[in-house]
Amino acid sequence: MKQSITLNRVTKFMGLGFLITLKSLFTGELDKEGFKNFLRKIVVPIASIFLFIGLWHMGAKSLYNIEAEYKIEKALTEQGQEAAEVMRACIASGDVSCQPNTLPSPAQVWESYKTLLRDHQVIKADKVAFAEKTAALNAKRVAEGKDPITYTGRPSFVDQIFTSLKTVFAGFLLALVIAVPIGVIIGLSKTLRSSVNWLIQIFKPVSPVVWLLLVFMIVKTMTKDSNSDSAFIISFISVGLCSMWATLVNTAMGVASVDKDYINVAKVLKLGPVQKVFKVILPSSLPLIFTGLRITLSVAWMVLIAIELLAQSPGLGSFVWEEFQNGAIDSNSKIIVAMFVIGGIGFLLDRIMLTIQNTVSFNKTSGI
Amino acid sequence: MAYLELNNVYKTYGQGNHATNVLSNINLSIEEGEFVAIVGFTGSGKTTLVNLINGLLEPTKGEILFKGEPVVGTSHERGVIFQNYSLLPWLTVGQNVYMAVKEAFPKKSKRELHDIVAEYVEMVSLTPAINKRPKELSGGMRQRVAVARALAMKPEMIIMDEPLGALDALTRGNLQDEILKIWGKEKRTALLITNDVDEGIYMADRIIPLRPGPKATLGPEFKIDIERPRDKTELNDNANFKETRNAIIEYLMDIGNERKSEAQEVFELPDVTPKSFVGRF
Ligand SMILES: Nc1ncnc2c1ncn2[C@@H]1O[C@H](COP(=O)(O)OP(=O)(O)O)[C@@H](O)[C@H]1O
Ligand SMILES: [Mg+2]
Repeated sequence: MKQSITLNRVTKFMGLGFLITLKSLFTGELDKEGFKNFLRKIVVPIASIFLFIGLWHMGAKSLYNIEAEYKIEKALTEQGQEAAEVMRACIASGDVSCQPNTLPSPAQVWESYKTLLRDHQVIKADKVAFAEKTAALNAKRVAEGKDPITYTGRPSFVDQIFTSLKTVFAGFLLALVIAVPIGVIIGLSKTLRSSVNWLIQIFKPVSPVVWLLLVFMIVKTMTKDSNSDSAFIISFISVGLCSMWATLVNTAMGVASVDKDYINVAKVLKLGPVQKVFKVILPSSLPLIFTGLRITLSVAWMVLIAIELLAQSPGLGSFVWEEFQNGAIDSNSKIIVAMFVIGGIGFLLDRIMLTIQNTVSFNKTSGI
Repeated sequence: MAYLELNNVYKTYGQGNHATNVLSNINLSIEEGEFVAIVGFTGSGKTTLVNLINGLLEPTKGEILFKGEPVVGTSHERGVIFQNYSLLPWLTVGQNVYMAVKEAFPKKSKRELHDIVAEYVEMVSLTPAINKRPKELSGGMRQRVAVARALAMKPEMIIMDEPLGALDALTRGNLQDEILKIWGKEKRTALLITNDVDEGIYMADRIIPLRPGPKATLGPEFKIDIERPRDKTELNDNANFKETRNAIIEYLMDIGNERKSEAQEVFELPDVTPKSFVGRF
């Protein structure tokens, strides 16, 4: 019983309350109210997922037909009746060389998902084999003071995900390290706040692309004579700069709007300025700071894809771009797999931040 | 020279057209070891007066002397129990008190500080709740934490702004006795703000009504010549108590009525046809 109470708490805490309903369905503890909940929280969402997939399927099918008709029509006008018949037969046979290029169906996307996973397994095995093959040689090279040979093969889809996660966390940390201290300082001083306000208001809406170009100008020069991974540096700095504004503004707002009662307590206890900041002002603005950080992380994840795409830095963004330019028969469905993965990870990151936010905030806010 | 002295103190909030004259020509002197109560209606400026004395506010005009020195900012010598508890919600009961004790006695060891915290939390009978956060406590419990926090700093003078307002009668009585005990034991000076005349009479040496603002001033003082320790049950039969109580209540009723009739004069409506406000909002 005790365990289930903690389970309830944890799941509610993470905004995953529907799991509780699901559990009570299996343990048979469902009453009338619980059944309504079950309908609302489980049956309806699942039904809507099926509806979505159904609509998608039909939409994809009609787009496919339009595209196929167009292809046949084109063959007819350009090459005559015979060519049109060949084209029709070719499309019907499912030959990859003449498939209409359009929105892939759910089944195709699922196939691509499995292909990508298989591809990942292959590459992983390849890597292991490579590591075994070069183990002895590398040990020798290290002993001689040379750099070991590293695997330089193509990264798999899963590798790309982890690269993207690495970049987004680096960017998020950068945003945190810059925005929180500056936000606190700005929040403490009204004069400072009004003097840098214009700067914040101007930089906040600047598009990720422009940030990327700006960072590119600077980093390119600074890393001229070092062989570090400048694509990674450029993309994570751009992500950090794009996404830090929410945290900066929220921190400043939180610090500036600390309850007057708490300030009075600090005064009556005669806390020093440092103590006052760390023991009263920061704790009381933590909920707002974390709201800011949560927005920052989701913005970071959102702009990351665009930035990777532009910066040619490895990750999901460049995966999408390469697939798009590749134009292979399953490229479109791979792009859609990437879309779902991006969305899913974004959702997970947001839940994690919400959980942290709930642990630090003394007046609980429920997630949206 | 009195322990605490207020000479011709005025307090105005805001400036120009937005100025509110809250306090006007306040004169008050409290001797060392005295227990003074100030009674007044809500909104008459009691909290403002308290914040002037504890150093959170500065008077617009006049001077406030504490032990002969002008009050500049807050001081550990003057402990405050705020009307709205003002507990830090992210700290537990124990941590709230500990934070205050640590500031008041920077030289004491951690052990000693924790002992003081435990002692005062026990005094307000909150030991079982020492690890709870304010939002898990009832209003009365929160106020008791605020009382413990202020008293644990062992200030020379205790300034209390309606400290027992949110408590039930029983807890209220207990805490009144605790405050009196601490005040009597170490001969502190105490200023109690209250809206309960009985509480004032039970606890104080003198009661001074604050005439309602704007421009609130202090009324004539009422001395309470009842021997200590006072007994609540016997108090009701005490002739002196009844007399003082009636006098104070009569005085308060009078100024209440005065205020009402004044209000009628001030707010008499001019005889004009109402304008149409449609579309103005
Ligand atoms: N910071 C402030 N700015 C402007 N007016 C204030 C401020 N604080 C209190 N007042 C006004 O001063 C009057 C007295 O308030 P207060 O001292 O809190 O009264 P009390 O404690 O007796 O209820 C009220 O009319 C209130 O609106
Ligand atoms: Mg008040």
